[in-house]
Amino acid sequence: MSHHKDDNGAKLGMWLFLFTELLLFGGLFLLYAAYLSRYPHEFSAAGRQLNVVFGTVNTVVLLTSSLFVAMAVTALQRNERRQTLWLIGGTVLCAAIFMAIKYVEWGTKIRHGIYPNSPHLTTGPAGESVFFSLYYMSTGIHGLHVLIGVTLLTWIGTKVKRGAVHGGDYILLENGALYWHLVDLIWIFIFPLYYLIL
Amino acid sequence: MTTAQPTYPSFWNDTGKTGLSAWIFSTDHKRIGLLYFYSTFGFFLVGVLLGLLLRIELMAPGRTIMGPQTYNALFTVHGVVMIFLFIIPGFQGSFGNLVMPIQIGARDVAFPRLNLFSWWLYMTGAVIILTSLFTGGGPPDTGWTFYVPFSSRTGTNVSLAVFGVFVVGFSSILTGLNFITTIHRLRAEGMTWGRLPLFVWSLYATAWVQILATPILAITLVLVMAERLLGTGLFDPGRGGDPVMYQHLFWIYSHPAVYIMILPAMGVISDVLPVFSRKPIFGYKMIAFSSVAIAAFGSLVWGHHMFTSGMSDTAILVFSFLTFIVAIPSAIKVFNWVSTLYKGSISLEAPMLFALSFILLFSIGGLSGLILGAAATDVHVHDTHFVVGHFHYVIFGGAGFAFFAAMHYWLPKFYGRRYAEKPAIVAWALMFVGFNVMYFTMQVLGMKGMPRRYYDYLPEFATLNLVATVGSWILAAGLLLMLVNLFRGLFRGEPFTGNPWGGATLEWTTPTPPPTENFEQEPVVTHGPYDFRGTGIP
Repeated sequence: MSHHKDDNGAKLGMWLFLFTELLLFGGLFLLYAAYLSRYPHEFSAAGRQLNVVFGTVNTVVLLTSSLFVAMAVTALQRNERRQTLWLIGGTVLCAAIFMAIKYVEWGTKIRHGIYPNSPHLTTGPAGESVFFSLYYMSTGIHGLHVLIGVTLLTWIGTKVKRGAVHGGDYILLENGALYWHLVDLIWIFIFPLYYLIL
Repeated sequence: MTTAQPTYPSFWNDTGKTGLSAWIFSTDHKRIGLLYFYSTFGFFLVGVLLGLLLRIELMAPGRTIMGPQTYNALFTVHGVVMIFLFIIPGFQGSFGNLVMPIQIGARDVAFPRLNLFSWWLYMTGAVIILTSLFTGGGPPDTGWTFYVPFSSRTGTNVSLAVFGVFVVGFSSILTGLNFITTIHRLRAEGMTWGRLPLFVWSLYATAWVQILATPILAITLVLVMAERLLGTGLFDPGRGGDPVMYQHLFWIYSHPAVYIMILPAMGVISDVLPVFSRKPIFGYKMIAFSSVAIAAFGSLVWGHHMFTSGMSDTAILVFSFLTFIVAIPSAIKVFNWVSTLYKGSISLEAPMLFALSFILLFSIGGLSGLILGAAATDVHVHDTHFVVGHFHYVIFGGAGFAFFAAMHYWLPKFYGRRYAEKPAIVAWALMFVGFNVMYFTMQVLGMKGMPRRYYDYLPEFATLNLVATVGSWILAAGLLLMLVNLFRGLFRGEPFTGNPWGGATLEWTTPTPPPTENFEQEPVVTHGPYDFRGTGIP
């Protein structure tokens, strides 16, 4: 019953939204688990075709970006606007590097004829086709979330610049950072499942 | 819109803004509630019309009024419209929005702009679904379940329809998280969890189901689109995929979704029964708890839709067992409702009649659900008209009748005018009779072996099909009478002021119709929602 801004409420809403995002990917992880148990050998063979170097570098890049965005929140709490903007910029830069590496990685795979419904996959072992379809769906939808997160952070950045988001009212940046951590978190699951454990 | 002209400013006119844009861009929960009400109820009427056409087609064997492809499209669109555009968004969107913030003593929901955005998303999804009917390969013909492999191969416009459902699902998620945050953060002073009206408890449980289940539907629909547009083959057995995986993912959402449909209905009944029995609800805590229990256990029973799809015997046993577990909290509710009536001073007005028939119809639906939940009997009636009858008993006889109860109980509060009592009772009686003639006959037909979704049937089913179709006409006649009476009353009926039903929840303490921010001064709650002392009961 009050007109003042309810920051705790806003954060609660954001956390609930993050649950829904986790569950969205949960569906893909469920399929992964079911098909892994059905095609362990094909999954293993297909997983080894992924480039661990690309995956590892991207993991480091995303973790760094998460660090930057967390630092941005702290900087804004201390009302250091310039530093906040630099740190948000760093996050966006990391995201760009991530997407660039992803582009190269996908591009290489596609040039080798590995993409959903490609002649190479449709004639090969069924389990590999399933693996790569799941790979493209998971990393693709994750990439979409990276783009959404970057757009969100850039928009919040312009608000910080204009002074609409500041040390006394930083819930928007905090929620944006939460979203970015989620993007990071999902990758933390995708990376070992597709690149490491197989 | 014309409404009663109260002497004080109400939410209809106190902002000074009128016209369409004052509605479709308003963040007031009551205006959004009415937007939802008219849009979802409009789709309900579309669904009814399609259902009537389906019944006319099935009136006699062979072709009656349409060809098989039209029939397939009609039952698909009937299901998609009724489920995704009416009953899932209906309760939360319309009565949840209209009543819940007032019932907890809040000025609005936690995120009013997000609330408006939810409605816009809903309308966008609805427009996309409607567009899918008239473009591309024509209306989808897969049934509302969009089962693969047919849905990934049919030439009809499945991709667009599925995308529309995806957008509507997003809207549902946003409403859910908005309501949870509202109920956690915006309760008035003294509105403890133990004093929440049971309608609010049911909305709270429903909101959790919306949040936890809808994302699974979203990813499933994305995968169907990917299957069609990119050829991912994840559900295609020829490519290593498995169609049964689709069914699992689909029902992980769509079984809990029936609780999105029925839980708020149970909340309405829990609010209406004590008011018209002039007696506090029996077993408040158990009813509140059972809403949460239904939401929790209901999320673990999806496999009972798939007993004949190919699962291990262990899985069938476990899903069957869990299904029976869900019956317990549902039965707890029914027993508590009946106990509430015991020695009450029952007043048989229209909302109460709808509520009482809810108990009967929901019980029939629930018990026939146990026949389907037991694997041994399910294999006999699976995919027959028995399932159609069961589902409509629960969702139409249950959720639908509760929706009508809510319309008679709460809409006058927001219009300041009311319907005429006698026609409302006649309408209820017609609908109750027509409903049972139609759907009970369907259950019998199913027991006799008539499959669902078939265009044609054997001659021995002809008589019962004719009976069911006649039932649909009686039901439609009652519905028409109810609509004319209700809306005529809301716009031109007798004035409705104060607390004529004698309710003890907070919405009856505000002026009728309520002002924009609901309360003249911040309410302080000092008693429970069903404590009728001092409510001026006649």
